[in-house]
Amino acid sequence: MKFAVVVFPGSNCDHDAFYAIGNVLDKPVEFIWHQSEDLANCDAVILPGGFSYGDYLRTGAIARFSPVMKSVEKFAKSGGLVLGICNGFQILCEAGLLPGAMMRNSGLRFICRQVHIRVEQTDTPFTNAAQKGQILTIPIAHSDGNYHCDEATLADLEKNRQVLFRYSTPDGTDDHAGNPNGAVQNIAGVSNRERNVAGLMPHPERAVESALGSADGLVIFRSMAEALVGAAKAIA
Amino acid sequence: MAAEHGLTREEYARIQQILGRDPNITELGIFSVMWSEHCSYKSSKVHLKRLPTRGQLVVQGPGENAGVVDIGDGLVAAFKIESHNHPSFVEPFQGATTGVGGILRDIFTMGARPIAVLDSLRFGEITASKHTSKADAAKNRRILDGVVRGIGSYGNCFGVPTVGGEVGFAPCYSQNPLVNALALGIAKKEEIFLAKAKGIGNPVIYVGAKTGRDGIHGASLLASAEFTEESKQKRPNVQVGDPFMEKLLLEACLEAMQTGAVVAIQDMGAAGLTCSTMEMASRGGTGIEIDLAKVPQRETGMTPYEIMLSESQERMLLVAEKGREREVLAVFKKWGLDAVVVGQVTEGGIARINNNGRVAAEIPAHPLAEEGPVFRRPMAAPAPRIETEKDWFAFAPEGANLTANFVKLLAAPAIASKRWITEQYDTSVRTNTLAGPGASDAAVLRIKDPNTGAVKRALALSTDGNGRWCQLNPRVGAMHAVAEAARNVAASGARPIAATNCLNFGSPEKPEVMWQFSEAIDGLAEASTALGTPITGGNVSFYNETLGKSIYPTPVIGVLGLLDDPSKVMKMAFRNEGDVIVLLSGSASAPPAALLQGHQLSALAREFSSSEYSQTIAAIVAGEPPAIDLAAERCLQDCLVALAAESALESAHDISDGGLAVTLAESCFASAPRGTSMLGPQQARTLLGAITNLADESWPGEFALFSERGARAIVSVAPSKLAAVLDTARQYQVAGRELGQVTRDGSFRIAYKGRAVIDSSVEKLRDAWAHSLERTLTSR
Repeated sequence: MKFAVVVFPGSNCDHDAFYAIGNVLDKPVEFIWHQSEDLANCDAVILPGGFSYGDYLRTGAIARFSPVMKSVEKFAKSGGLVLGICNGFQILCEAGLLPGAMMRNSGLRFICRQVHIRVEQTDTPFTNAAQKGQILTIPIAHSDGNYHCDEATLADLEKNRQVLFRYSTPDGTDDHAGNPNGAVQNIAGVSNRERNVAGLMPHPERAVESALGSADGLVIFRSMAEALVGAAKAIA
Repeated sequence: MAAEHGLTREEYARIQQILGRDPNITELGIFSVMWSEHCSYKSSKVHLKRLPTRGQLVVQGPGENAGVVDIGDGLVAAFKIESHNHPSFVEPFQGATTGVGGILRDIFTMGARPIAVLDSLRFGEITASKHTSKADAAKNRRILDGVVRGIGSYGNCFGVPTVGGEVGFAPCYSQNPLVNALALGIAKKEEIFLAKAKGIGNPVIYVGAKTGRDGIHGASLLASAEFTEESKQKRPNVQVGDPFMEKLLLEACLEAMQTGAVVAIQDMGAAGLTCSTMEMASRGGTGIEIDLAKVPQRETGMTPYEIMLSESQERMLLVAEKGREREVLAVFKKWGLDAVVVGQVTEGGIARINNNGRVAAEIPAHPLAEEGPVFRRPMAAPAPRIETEKDWFAFAPEGANLTANFVKLLAAPAIASKRWITEQYDTSVRTNTLAGPGASDAAVLRIKDPNTGAVKRALALSTDGNGRWCQLNPRVGAMHAVAEAARNVAASGARPIAATNCLNFGSPEKPEVMWQFSEAIDGLAEASTALGTPITGGNVSFYNETLGKSIYPTPVIGVLGLLDDPSKVMKMAFRNEGDVIVLLSGSASAPPAALLQGHQLSALAREFSSSEYSQTIAAIVAGEPPAIDLAAERCLQDCLVALAAESALESAHDISDGGLAVTLAESCFASAPRGTSMLGPQQARTLLGAITNLADESWPGEFALFSERGARAIVSVAPSKLAAVLDTARQYQVAGRELGQVTRDGSFRIAYKGRAVIDSSVEKLRDAWAHSLERTLTSR
C-alpha cells in the first residue's frame, strides 16, 4: 500500500499530509511533483491544501491543467482512491472529478478555526472506519469554501448519498449554526457517484494528534488504508 | 541633488573622499540608500552596542539576516522581528504583506524553514473619543482591516502559521500605525547559510521576481523621514507583495542549498540589489561585479539608478560555486523561477556595476557598507512632568461594586478578545501549533526533525511592548517589555533563551526622542541580562511621527523559549471544577496590613494612573509605570518553568494588562471549547467560573483588582498537589497565596475585605469580552 501526495507550486499542506500518513498513520507515502505524469504505482492519491499557482485566477483553476492531473484523472476513472483536501477539493471540482464549485466564504474573509463535521455516510473508502453520525472536530483554513451547486446536482448528491460530511455544532443538533462559510446544505465534503473520489474543505491532516487539539481527522486516512487492504484482499 | 537624496553636506563630502571624485547619479542613489537611517543605523549604532548579544546558546548575533540560537538535537532556531510601519500607513494591505514577506525572506535566506509568524500591531483609537474624531476612528478601523488582511493574505498563502503577537491602541498611532512582524525558522545547525561573498570568480546569481520600478527609495525616503500631509503621494514607494512567488522562492532556495553548490545568499529587501551586492561583498572582504543588462526586468527602459534602487519583492542574490552553476540554475528552473548569472565575485573590494558594457557605478564596498556616517545625536531629557494628585486616578470608595467597570474594561479594545483578527490567520498549517492565539501566554510550536519528522522539543514565543509605560518612563517601560515577554514564555512552561527587538521611535533629530531611545536601550540591556535573554537581532524604526508629533516610544520585544518536553506545555484555561486558584508572586507586593497613610495612597494613585483600567475608566494616562524588580521576575519565571516541568499545574496565566481580575476572567473564558465562534446556551454552561477572595490585602479595591505590577501569575492546581506547588514556590522565593476555587456553576465572584466587589456570571462577562472588537470593527 502506498499513498501519493501531489505537490503543485503553491501547495502548502503537502508536508502535513505526508506527515499524517507517514509518521502518524505509519503507511508508505511519497511526493509526486505536478510535472510528473507518473503516479509511481501509488494506491491512493492526496491532493493537498494550499494556494496552487497562488490561486490568483480562481481556486484550483490553473492546477487542474498540471500534467499530473491527466494521470490523476485516469487513475480516478479506473477506480483509484483520490482525496482532495481544501485546495485539493477545489482542484477536483475544477477538474470535473467532483460536482459543484466553491464560492467566497459568506463572510468574505479567510477563516481558520476548529469546526465540527458530521459523518453522513460510512459506506465509502474515506469513512468506513467512522460511525454514522459521528461528529469530528477538524480545523478549516480557507477563503473560498462556500460549496455550491445547482439544484439538480444537489438533488442528485442527496439521492446518491454523496454528501459525506456536513458542518454542525459540537452536539450535532444545529447544522446551520455550525456552518462557517455559507456552504449549501451545510456541505463540508462530497464524493463522486462511484465513491472513489472525495473532497472536503476541513483539514483532517491537521487533526491527527490530540496535542494539536484533535485526532479526529485520522479516521479518514485510516478508512482509506482499510479500504486499500480490503481491496488487496479481494484481489488475492 | 544630494539633499533630495536625504544626504547631508558632510555625508556628501565623505562620499567624495571615498570615491576620490564626485559621484554620478547612480552612485549617489546607492550611497543615499545605504546611508539612510533605515539601512545604516547611523543614529542608533552607538546605543545598540550596549545591548547584551552573547550567550551560551547564541550561534549568530546581530549583523546577519537573523539571529540564530542552538535549540539542541543538532537544530537551530533563526528568528527576527522587523517593522513595516510607514508603508502600512500609506498602503495598509501591501505594507503589511511586504512586511511579512520581508521577514520571512530573512529567515529562509539563512537556510531555515519558517515555522511561525507573530505580529505586534499598534493602531489609533478605533472608536471616537476626545482625542479621536469619528472620521479618524473610521480611518483607523480601515487601516487595521487592511493590515490584518495583508498579514493573513501573505502568511496563509505562503503556508506559515501566524500564531501570536499583540494589538494595542492609542491616539498617537493614528497617523503612524506600527506593524512589526516576527518570523521563526528551523534549520540543522551545520546547514546555516550566511551572506558573505566568497571565492574569487564564483558566479553571482539573481533569482526570483523580475525587477520593476516599485519601491524605489522605500528605505531612504519612506522609512527614514517623518510623515507630512503629502505622504500619501509616496504610495508608489510602497512595494507590492506576491506570496505565491515567495513560496516558490522558499522551496527553490532550500532545495538549491541542499545541492551544496551555494556559497552565500542574501535576500533583496530594503535597498534591493544595492544592499545585497554591497553587503555580501563587504562581509566577505571581496569585490563584486554585476551586469545590469542581465537582471530580469519587468519594465523596459529602466535606468541603472532604478534597477539598483528598486525594492521589488521576492528576489534573492546568491553566490554559487564556480562550475556548479548549472545545478543551482536547474533547481530554480524546476520551480519556474528566473535565475540568471549576473556577475561574479572579484578581488580587491570594489563593487562594479556595469550596464551594457559601460560602468554605471564603481564603489569600494566595505567603506560604503561599514564606514557610513555614525551620529552621536544630541539627547535631552524632557522637562519633568509636574503632576499632583489632581492629575491622578481617584480610587472609588471602599467596598464599591466594581462589576460595571470590569465589564467596560473587558470590552476595551486592548483587553477584548482578538479572535476576530486571529481567525483571519491560518494558525495551524504545518501541524506544529501546540498553543495558538489565546491558548497560552505564549505561542508554542513543536519542532519536527527536518528529515524524520520526529518530535522532540517545542519552542515558545511572545512579543510584548507597552508604549504608554515607555512614554511615562522609557527605561522602566522597556524593562517591563522584556519582563512580560519572558514571563509569558515561562508561563507556557518554556525557559526563555533569547530575544529580538523592534525599536519604534520618533525622529532621532529630536533630543527628547534620542533620550527616550537611549533610556530604552539601557532598560532593555539591564532586563535582558537579568532574565537571560541576549538580544540576537532586530531592527530600529525611527521617524515614526506625523506633522511633528511622535508616537509613544514603543520598543517591542520578542522572547524565544525552549520547552524540553512538548507534552508539558501550559495553557491559561482553567480545567477542573474544584481546582485551587493560587496567586504566585515573585516579590512581596502587598504592603503591610496597617492602614495606608496618605502619602502611600498617593504613591499608589500615581502608579495606578499608568494602568489600562485608569485609561479605560477615567481616561487618565499619567504617573509612572509600576516599579520593576528583575530579581523577583527571574524567581517567578524560574518557578513557573519548574512547576510546568513537574506537571504540577492545571493552568498558568501571567498578570499583565487589566491586572488580576482580567487574568482570572481570561482563564475562565479560555475554558470554553475552542473553535466555536458563538456559544449556544448549552456550551456557555460548560464555561468554568471562579470564586475568589482577596481577603488579606489592604490596597484600595481597584488597585487590588486591576494593578499591573509585574512578577505575578495566576495558576490553578489540583487540591492534592497544592502542598507540593507551594513548596516548590518557596524554593524559588515565590510567595504562593490561595485565592479561591474553580467552579462549575458559571459564577464569577471576587470578594475583597469581606465584600463581593465583582459579582457576575462568566457568560455575561465573556459576552462583553468576546464580541467587543468584532462589533466595533464591523460597524460602519
